[in-house]
Amino acid sequence: MTILTVENLTVCFPGRRGTINAIEDVSLSVSAGEILGMVGESGAGKSMTGAAIIGLIEPPGRIAKGEIRLEGERIDNLRPEAMRRLRGRRIGAIFQDPLTSLNPVLTVGEQLIETIQTHLRLPRSQARERAIDWLRRVGIPAPEARIDTYPHQYSGGMRQRVVIALALCAEPQLVIADEPTTALDVSVQAQIIALLRKLARETGVAVILVTHDMGVIAETADRVAVMYAGRIVEIGEVADVLTAPKHPYTSGLMASIPRIGERPETLPQIEGAMPRPHARPEGCAFAPRCPHRMEICTRERPEPRGTLTRSVACHLTEEVPA
Amino acid sequence: MLGFLIRRIIQSIFVMLAVALIAFMMFRFMGDPVNSLVAENATVEERDAVRERLGLDQPLWVQYGRFVARAATGDFGLSWRNARPVSTLLAERFPATAELVLVAAGLSLLLGIPLGILTALRPHSFSTQTLQFFSLIGISLPTFVTGILLILVFSVWLGWLPSFGRGTVVDIGWWSTGFLTLSGLKALVLPSVMLCLFQLTLIMRLVRAEMMEVLRTDYIKFARARGLTNRSIHFRHALKNTLIPVITIFGLQLGGLIAFAIVTETVFQWPGMGALFIQAVSFGDVPVMAAYLVLVSLIFVVINTTVDLLYAVLDPRLRVDGARAAH
Ligand SMILES: Nc1ncnc2c1ncn2[C@@H]1O[C@H](COP(=O)(O)OP(=O)(O)OP(=O)(O)O)[C@@H](O)[C@H]1O
Ligand SMILES: [Mg+2]
Repeated sequence: MTILTVENLTVCFPGRRGTINAIEDVSLSVSAGEILGMVGESGAGKSMTGAAIIGLIEPPGRIAKGEIRLEGERIDNLRPEAMRRLRGRRIGAIFQDPLTSLNPVLTVGEQLIETIQTHLRLPRSQARERAIDWLRRVGIPAPEARIDTYPHQYSGGMRQRVVIALALCAEPQLVIADEPTTALDVSVQAQIIALLRKLARETGVAVILVTHDMGVIAETADRVAVMYAGRIVEIGEVADVLTAPKHPYTSGLMASIPRIGERPETLPQIEGAMPRPHARPEGCAFAPRCPHRMEICTRERPEPRGTLTRSVACHLTEEVPA
Repeated sequence: MLGFLIRRIIQSIFVMLAVALIAFMMFRFMGDPVNSLVAENATVEERDAVRERLGLDQPLWVQYGRFVARAATGDFGLSWRNARPVSTLLAERFPATAELVLVAAGLSLLLGIPLGILTALRPHSFSTQTLQFFSLIGISLPTFVTGILLILVFSVWLGWLPSFGRGTVVDIGWWSTGFLTLSGLKALVLPSVMLCLFQLTLIMRLVRAEMMEVLRTDYIKFARARGLTNRSIHFRHALKNTLIPVITIFGLQLGGLIAFAIVTETVFQWPGMGALFIQAVSFGDVPVMAAYLVLVSLIFVVINTTVDLLYAVLDPRLRVDGARAAH
C-alpha cells in the first residue's frame, strides 16, 4: 500500500540573488513497511525533501510547485495547525545528532509522555506505560528505571534509540530518518540501522532513510533514490540500481563507495563539484562532470523517464527502464 | 550536592575574610584614629591611654583578628559621627534599601522575562522593534538622568508621585515597611522604576537573545517535528533552557542593584543604607563605611551561592549525583 507520494515537488528560497530552487521536480513514493534510501552529495537536497514532506521548511523557503500526498490526501497545503497534528502522529522524523536532539532539561520520560499525550488521548499512567514499552522496544535496558533519567545520562547510541522511540511512539505511518547514524560511533551505527529495519518490519512504518553510506543502502533499503543538484536522477529497486546503475552519476557513486563513517563532500572518482543552486547549468546539472556527455546534455535538461518506482533522468537512457 | 555546598561555604568564608581585611585597612588609611578621639591639646600620656583602651597598641594582626571576631557578631563599634552603634544605624536603614531593591528586582523580572519572550517569538513585529529601541535607550542613559526625568514628569509636571522620601512607614518589630500605606507605596514607584530600568532592559535583551538561540537548537526542531504545540515548545521546552543562564546574570545583577541603590537613594533622598554610606563618606565616618562594605559583600556572597545552588537544581546536567552515562 502506498503511504506517501511526492510529485514534481519544487522548493524555492527567495533571496537577494534571486530565487533559488533548493529542490526541483522531485517525485517519489514509499509504501508501508518499505525503506526508501536516499543518497547524494552534500547539498543535493535530501534534507530539504524531508523538510518539505514534514512541513518544516524554514521561511522564506516554500513549496513552489508539486504535490505531497499521504495516503492519497494532499498534505502540502494544510493549515499550520492541521500540519502540526500530523507531525509525530502520522509522519515522524529522526535527526542526525542524538546528542543535541533531546531537550537536556527534561527527562526522557517527560519528553516521551508529552509526545504520546499530544497525539493520543491517554491518561498519564497509560502514556507512561506506553513510553516504557517503547523504550523497551528500541532496546533500552531496564526502561522502568531509565525513563526518569535525563538525556545526558545516556550514551550517544542509547540517545539515538530514545530519539527513535520519540519519533515512533505515536505510531506514524511514515518516518523520515535524516542521516540517523552519521554522528554515532562506527560500532553502534550498524545496531541503529538494524533496529530501524526491525521496527519497519514490525510496525509497517514506511521509512525514508537519508544516508551517505552506500553500504547501509545496500543492506537496509528496499529502493533507493539518488539525488543530484536538487533533483532525483535515478530511483529504483536497490538491487537494480546498485548492480545496474543507469545514470552516470550513480555509476560514479558506486565506484566511489566510501568506507563506513566517511562523509564524502566531493567524490574523488568524479571530477569537479556539484553546482550550487544558483549556478546550475542550463541542461543536465551533471553534464560538466559527466564522462558520457553528449551535445544535447548541455542544451536540454533530461526529464525523469519511467515510473514512480523506477526512473532515470538521463539522455543516455532512451527507453523506459523495466 | 553537600560537598558542593561545603566547598562554596568555605570559599565564601575566605572571600569575607579578604573583604574584612580591606574594611580593616580603611581605618589605617584614614590616619590615626586617636587624633579624632582626644582633645587637640591632649598629652602624650592621655593619647597613649586612649590608644591602649582601644587596643591600638597591639600588633596589627591581633587588631585584625579582633575586628573580624567582633564583625562576625555584627559589632562594628560606634559611628564616629554621632556615637551610635553602627549596627543600629544599619539596621534602621536596611529595610528601606531592602524594600527598594526587592521591588526593583521584582519589576525587572516580572516585566523583563515576558517582554524578552515576546520579542523573541515575534522578532519582526512592530512592538518588538519599538521595545528594542526603548531598551537601547534604557541601557545607555545614565540612571541619574532617568531619575531626574522621572521626577520632572511625574512629580513636578503631573504631581502624581512624591519626589523624595519613603512616605508614611509602619513599624513591624525593628522593620519599618512602606508596603502598608498608600503614601509608602506611592513613594516606592519612582525610585524603584529608576533603579530597575537598567536591569529590566538587560533582562529583556538577555531573555530575547537566549530564547532566540534556544529556538534554533536541534531539540526544538525535533520537538516541532514531533508535532508538539507551540505553547509547549515555547514555554516548556524553550523557556526552561532560556532561564538557566538568565538566573546567573540576574543573581549578579541583584548585587548590582544594591550597589546602584546608592545613586537612586541620593536622587530621591531615600533613607536607605546607600544614603547612609554617602553621608559616612562625606564625614569620613570609617566604622559605617567599613560595616557597609562588609554587609554588601556578605549579601553578594550569599546571592552568588544561592544562584549556583539554583543553577544546579534547574540544570540536571550539573546534578552530579547519579549522573553516570550508560554505555
Ligand atoms: N535556509 C536556506 N536558504 C537557502 N537555501 C537553502 C537553505 N537551506 C538549504 N538550502 C539549500 O538547499 C539545498 C539542499 O540542501 P539540503 O540540506 O537538503 O542538502 P542535503 O542533501 O541534505 O545535504 P547534506 O548531505 O549536507 O545534509 C542546498 O543547496 C542548500 O544550499
Ligand atoms: Mg542533510
